[in-house]
Amino acid sequence: MSEFILKARDLNKFYTQRSGRFGFGTTQVKALDNVSLELRHSSTLAVVGESGSGKSTLARCLLQLQPLDGGSVFFLGRDLADLPAKELRYQRRYLQMIFQDPFASLNPRMKVGEIVEEGLLIHGLGNKDERFEKALNMLKRVGLAEVDMQKYPHEFSGGQRQRIGIARALVLSPKVVVCDEPVSALDVSIQAQIILLLKELQQEMSLSYIFISHDLRVVRHIADEIAVMYQGKIVERGSVHEVYESPKQQYTQNLLKAIPGQKSHRG
Amino acid sequence: MAELLKIEALTICPANAPNRELVSNVSLSIEPGKTTCVVGESGSGKSLTALSVMGLLSKQLLQTSGRVLFKGQDLADFSAEEMRKIRGRQIGMIFQEPMTSLNPVLTIGYQIGEPLTVHLGLKGDLLKEKVTALLEQVGIPAHRANSYPDELSGGQRQRVMIAMSIACAPLMLIADEPTTALDVTVQAQILTLLDSLKTSMNMGMLLITHDFGVVADVADDVVVMFRGEVVEAGTVAQVLNNPAHPYTKALLACVPDAEGKKPLKPIDYAWLKNEQVPT
Repeated sequence: MSEFILKARDLNKFYTQRSGRFGFGTTQVKALDNVSLELRHSSTLAVVGESGSGKSTLARCLLQLQPLDGGSVFFLGRDLADLPAKELRYQRRYLQMIFQDPFASLNPRMKVGEIVEEGLLIHGLGNKDERFEKALNMLKRVGLAEVDMQKYPHEFSGGQRQRIGIARALVLSPKVVVCDEPVSALDVSIQAQIILLLKELQQEMSLSYIFISHDLRVVRHIADEIAVMYQGKIVERGSVHEVYESPKQQYTQNLLKAIPGQKSHRG
Repeated sequence: MAELLKIEALTICPANAPNRELVSNVSLSIEPGKTTCVVGESGSGKSLTALSVMGLLSKQLLQTSGRVLFKGQDLADFSAEEMRKIRGRQIGMIFQEPMTSLNPVLTIGYQIGEPLTVHLGLKGDLLKEKVTALLEQVGIPAHRANSYPDELSGGQRQRVMIAMSIACAPLMLIADEPTTALDVTVQAQILTLLDSLKTSMNMGMLLITHDFGVVADVADDVVVMFRGEVVEAGTVAQVLNNPAHPYTKALLACVPDAEGKKPLKPIDYAWLKNEQVPT
């Protein structure tokens, strides 16, 4: 078995924008420009960059939620684009995603129990009782109770909703989880809870994370390796230690300088 | 120096539950040219405090006691008409979400010019000149005046909000989480901009945030709120270097540090309840 669980080779993705007078012209925007990355088993690779740098496009393309214009993604050595639709659907069980906005990513008309069980149902895992049991255990693990299964998403706070999103992704026992800015919509105190929860779950379930964020303070506490994106390219890669202690690119240095709270108050 | 704004023992309750205090006995003051940061989690009452200064509390909420003094005058004594003249003219406000607080069907030039027309009666070329100057002041190219909000990025929209709020050169600015919805790099730019405007225009600033990193960068004074109450207040150096209240300590401990040396510690509310609260 190779040391990498997920590999991306030369990913390219273009968006076409209407431009010019009356929108008859078109310009192409390169959202991903020859992006390659490798994710090790049971480790966390953070992708950092500003909005518009292509981080979220990368997340979607890695999971084949958006078609690529070039390049390939290998999951456990198999090219996802070559898989027949049925097989890809089967593999999706192992490739899950946690979304940024806990308010927009849960169906407001479904009860929390249904939301968490839905994945199991789609993948035909277990009978009714087993599914209920699994969903319940997962919800308890992320800090919710059995009574919460009968509630609707609007009855929860932002942090609790993010816990539901985590339970939904992890109930299928995935191998790779793409977390797209999972804590940037949350308060600092809730942020700390969720980061610690994600780290504990990673250990327990030997998950591999792709952690997308613009906040280098948060990344420092969860990542093993970092890839810095700028205008659709990965401009710097390395271990957390390398990137924070001796950033090579000017862009990375600027990102580090933008971290708030560096003005000192001694004396 | 005399205070620009003084909040004395402010208490806010829901109109139908006068015993449930959402904001309880809050006092704070702001001086010209200084920034006071109100820090707390969601639900701690920081936004309600700010809204009550502007007289913008929802009808379902009541200010049951306390006073808000602006330049020594009680805001409750002003009529609705007079309040309208203070809002936007003497006290500017920036809201958290630049996406939802701009009108999508009006150009940003029009929206920045609106307070100038309403409060100062500017028209025509004079108005145009002033709008151009404001756009430049916040770092947006002047030709963007004809753009609509959806054509701008989040950071640019927040700059437009700032231009609107400082258009009439207010004495005071209230900023409710002005950078929470923004990227770290854009956040740094916006905070620097606010800080320099505060100094050049000698404005008093009330900045609401949940991020101690932001506090460390821009605050002169800090007020920490927890469940509607002020638990600690002092200068930024005092509060950050020697936090006295256990809640302040806990809130500081859950801010991730960029060096990664300090372990993250979420707030233990049960422990907080039992902790002796120094008075």
